[in-house]
Amino acid sequence: MSKSKGTLISNLVDFRDWIDARFPLSRIWNEHLANYYAPKNFNFWYFFGAFAILVLGIQVVTGIWLTMNYKPSAEEAFASVEYIMRDTEWGWLIRYMHSTGASAFFIVIYLHMFRALLYGSYKKPRELLWLSGMALYLLLMGEAFFGYLLPWGQMSYWGAQVIISLFGALPIIGDDLSLWIRGDFVVSDVTLNRFFALHVIAFPLLILGLVGFHILALHEVGSNNPDGIEIKKNKDADGVPIDGIPFHPYYTVKDLMGAVVFLIFFFAVVFFTPEMKIPGTQGLFLESANFVQANPLQTPEHIAPVWYFTPFYAILRAVPSQLGGVIAMGLAVNLFLLLPWLDRSPVRSSRYRGRNYRIALTLFVVSFLILGWLGLQVVTPVYTWMARFFTIVYFLFFFLMPFYTALDKDKRVPDRVTS
Amino acid sequence: MKNKILDQSRRRFLTTAATVVGGFGAATATVPFVSNMSPSAKTKAIGAPVEVDISKLKPGERMIEKWQGKPVWILRRTSEMLSDISSLSDEVSDPQSDNSAQPDYAKNEFRALKEEFLVVIGICTHLGCSPSFVLKGDGDSISNDWMGGFFCPCHGSRFDLAGRVFKGVPAPYNLVIPPYKFISETRLLIGDDKEIG
Repeated sequence: MSKSKGTLISNLVDFRDWIDARFPLSRIWNEHLANYYAPKNFNFWYFFGAFAILVLGIQVVTGIWLTMNYKPSAEEAFASVEYIMRDTEWGWLIRYMHSTGASAFFIVIYLHMFRALLYGSYKKPRELLWLSGMALYLLLMGEAFFGYLLPWGQMSYWGAQVIISLFGALPIIGDDLSLWIRGDFVVSDVTLNRFFALHVIAFPLLILGLVGFHILALHEVGSNNPDGIEIKKNKDADGVPIDGIPFHPYYTVKDLMGAVVFLIFFFAVVFFTPEMKIPGTQGLFLESANFVQANPLQTPEHIAPVWYFTPFYAILRAVPSQLGGVIAMGLAVNLFLLLPWLDRSPVRSSRYRGRNYRIALTLFVVSFLILGWLGLQVVTPVYTWMARFFTIVYFLFFFLMPFYTALDKDKRVPDRVTS
Repeated sequence: MKNKILDQSRRRFLTTAATVVGGFGAATATVPFVSNMSPSAKTKAIGAPVEVDISKLKPGERMIEKWQGKPVWILRRTSEMLSDISSLSDEVSDPQSDNSAQPDYAKNEFRALKEEFLVVIGICTHLGCSPSFVLKGDGDSISNDWMGGFFCPCHGSRFDLAGRVFKGVPAPYNLVIPPYKFISETRLLIGDDKEIG
């Protein structure tokens, strides 16, 4: 850069140099964006990491604004949410963005996780990336659960009561543990107040920190891709992966375009169907029972968790023992953590994997979806047997994985990514 | 600084000592934070006994009171209801309440101090929902020979009019009976059963 004194550009460059001498601004920019090489063959499935960050941003900003008017007390919480909806300027928009954002977050994360299963993104050397992602998923479940109590509706109240009671089913420590979580003999003002603290301070801080960890881990090992090939194996004379392109501007612009499309869908929901009241449900994103204030003396006729928990809820109900159900549900959520070690195939991407894994993954996704649907339904004997069947399929995906992946007839993986 | 060679064993001793003492300190520091989340003195005080007037409760009727924030049901049972309870002993999983929670004086077939009055915490022993009170004749959707009792909408557990859990439902135990006593014929104290003295 030639230094013609006094021009705007040269002043900006001087300013940047001044910062770089004191803070690694350019270095961070280059390491993580301009000189971070991502595989050139990213497809549709690679949008969801960026979408997750976008939704996180929406949740943080709308959440801060909701806190300005929300009152975390059993006396006032329900009314304060109605106040936000009716009496504050644009409060309805901010609140619906937040409630839709919660469901959108889970949609994005489930698709993001599916991508990892599809292309083997959890496999060596990306185990820590996968584990940090799973920890984020667990934190997100906690964050969603705490947040759902805050409107203090009937579904908030009884949902929290049931989920906290799950801990009460543990032997010996159960009763004391659930008492400690609630801070009261029942879900009460005390519980609401502490869930508020966890929802707006503790978990968001943990999530933001862990997202940083997740991205650093990603940039250390580099992104996987639909072919599951290590692009760092083929470098040019300058040490740049031949099949890589700089994240900025290529993928920043692509993700920005994706974000526009995503936001079109997102706001279509916010504006036209924030409750997602599709026939046969009480509202998938906001359940109708939650428009009635919490009543500790009466449980609503039909209670079900929000859709993103229903696959696990169906598993809980499918097991004909209280403790067994709780254990099965805990396992169902946590078995994902073991994937990098359960999978014995040397091939990452399902494009080049044999029939076994493709069939197993298909059956797994189908059982996950059907369990999710069953979790929304009122229990009948037929549904219970269906839930039992698909619970077994769900678990077999994990338990048999070391065998069917080891025996799989994988195809030859190409040396270079395909376009 | 004449001798720049580190004394390794001294260094190791200091590191170990700092780790042990610091670790113990850090572990101790979690105590107040963990304990702070237990029920406070105020919360415990709200759990104090509740006095209930049952003079207006008619036979066959149920009233709901709040004790420790939980629903407590008081059901005045008719003699027909009591004989229905007796007829169900083979269908409930713990007929004599051997594995269930109740004060000793309620550990009997009718699970009550006085047969006529059932005093029970209206929280399902499965996962904490509050079951609905369904009278005989209104329970066709629950079972063909419904004798009256309590039905949990959350996961389908069923209880008879003594709060005894039926076989083959998710709830593991009978409904919990709180400590209580009669102060007079028409006044009940829930949450305390000690003799006045």
